[in-house]
Amino acid sequence: MIGEGLQSTNQRKHSYVQDRVEVGFFTDPTVCIGCKACEVACKEWNQVPDDGFIWSGNSYDNTGHLGASTWRHVMFLEQDRQKGNQVTGPMGLLTQQSASPASPARTNQQSEDPFRWVFLSDVCKHCEKAGCLEACPTGSIVRTETGTVLVQDDVCNGCGYCVVSCPFGVIDRRPAPLPNAGGAFKCTFCYDRQKSGLTPACAKVCPTESIVFGRLDDLRARAKERVQHLKQNGYADAQLYDPTETSVRGIHAFFLILGEPEAYGLPPKPQVPTIYLKSAWTAAFATAIASIIATLAAFAFFS
Amino acid sequence: MTTNSPSEKRLEELREQAWKNGVVAGRGVDITGGPIPRKPGYYGQPVVKPPVWTWEVPLYFFFGGVGGMSGVIALGGILFHRVDLALTAMWTAAIAGAVLSPILLIMDLGRPHLFLNMLRVFKHRSAMSMGAWILTAFGMSAVAGLITLELHAHQIFLGTFDQLLRLAAGIFIFGAAIFGTLLATYTGVLIGATAIPAWFLHRTLLPIHFGTAGLGSAAALLELLGHRIAALNFLGFYAAAVETALLIWLSVDKHGEADRAIHEHGSGWLIRIGEVLNGPLALVLRFFGLIPWAAISFLCGALVSRIGWIAVGKVSGSDPESVFAAERY
Repeated sequence: MIGEGLQSTNQRKHSYVQDRVEVGFFTDPTVCIGCKACEVACKEWNQVPDDGFIWSGNSYDNTGHLGASTWRHVMFLEQDRQKGNQVTGPMGLLTQQSASPASPARTNQQSEDPFRWVFLSDVCKHCEKAGCLEACPTGSIVRTETGTVLVQDDVCNGCGYCVVSCPFGVIDRRPAPLPNAGGAFKCTFCYDRQKSGLTPACAKVCPTESIVFGRLDDLRARAKERVQHLKQNGYADAQLYDPTETSVRGIHAFFLILGEPEAYGLPPKPQVPTIYLKSAWTAAFATAIASIIATLAAFAFFS
Repeated sequence: MTTNSPSEKRLEELREQAWKNGVVAGRGVDITGGPIPRKPGYYGQPVVKPPVWTWEVPLYFFFGGVGGMSGVIALGGILFHRVDLALTAMWTAAIAGAVLSPILLIMDLGRPHLFLNMLRVFKHRSAMSMGAWILTAFGMSAVAGLITLELHAHQIFLGTFDQLLRLAAGIFIFGAAIFGTLLATYTGVLIGATAIPAWFLHRTLLPIHFGTAGLGSAAALLELLGHRIAALNFLGFYAAAVETALLIWLSVDKHGEADRAIHEHGSGWLIRIGEVLNGPLALVLRFFGLIPWAAISFLCGALVSRIGWIAVGKVSGSDPESVFAAERY
């Protein structure tokens, strides 16, 4: 079957929910073919409504960005950079030859203007410290047994505070007249499927395993190896996007990216907004006390 | 027409540019998408989501500020034997803080019928949750305080029961004052502790601004309702002076691209107009004894700057460069 390599965890039944194992997505643009199967599978399985048909003019991307009705989004980046050598594994055509400068592929590449096309399937990051979850005043947003972040639609009253609290701009309130309008929506990590031992719809359909679903610790190790491998094969700017050093403390759906995160619309140093609470509340309490003192002083001295 | 005419030269120039760069940009010609996108971030798409809040929210901030700080003035009124003022203040506290504020807050929800879900949990890490509880506590104190104070002021009951009512009114009004100051200031924390660059960069200024604007608005409203007393005039001076200082702070404490929504665009103008109305202009008018005009100026300024801060959030949240720049701080 397609995509069932040695390491594949995408097609296997699992019991992560029952075993309370932390899971994740590792998304790798170097093997993404931009087919958008993940977007379609996500919409179909989760019965997400369409959010308008807009001709963006931005490469082959008319989806635009993640939102209340877009939980997977394939980005199409066009960059004036060297593409690096194609890395396709043992069956690849260029892995060995291209190491020598005399090979035709190499000379061809150097004579061209640098250009590359990168596809990356974006998704909710399921932060270790999630801004939306911290901000939710109804307790609608919870952390599941597998460490993912889930919005319970029947509890959400649509206050919109999670929308401005997400450092990645993922979650959004669904506008009328779409079905279930008024509530906040984002990727559920297919919690319903996971409970039945199935893998998330997007990972299940990914033909090249650009999206890999599995145990978080396994994926992190695997991603590190992949970056190493790519760097050795000409992708000098390959790096992992997993902001573990910021207050977000890492993301459960992490990405391999080529170049800077900014080009993917990913914040280089995302922060969970709760770190701003201390200074803001201090100012609030100081103002509260000052207002009481000013009022009492006004009455004491002027009446 | 000669080939040396400026219009022909311009066309030659464009041809040269096209030959050299492979792409030409001009007014009204958007080159996004090809061959290499030149907009910031990913095709200029927002990195964080701008707030979905509509007109109800700035209006709620305004009425929450007026109502909350009216509770403090009512406390001053009963402590210093100005029961008539305390009564009016409790009426404005109850109407603005306990009736209008919850209505506006519920109207802004995507699913208004589920508003009670706000009281399912108590989360100190969520300013929205704290706000819901503060508003509930304030609303109950303000309404109970108003009823007990009215009953006491009109001597409906006599003897011990009246004394008990007096005590209850004191406790409720004290509660309204404490929760009222929090109601007026927490809104600054609410928008200050978010991922919107122009908001979180000014998270210390926002609660001071919202709280002080609330106090000044409450005093101004009571003055316009006929309570022209020296104590309220002093509060008017105090609030306008603080707002003037905040206007200076805001124009000095600039963060370049990260908070340009405050200094540019229509949103920046709203902030400036609001701050001038409730800062320097209100101060000058009050200095010349034009108290009703100062009061009106302050109230307008307080409302316009609330609208301005929400507008700033929308502009700033839609601007990817702001988000990237703010993360460099």
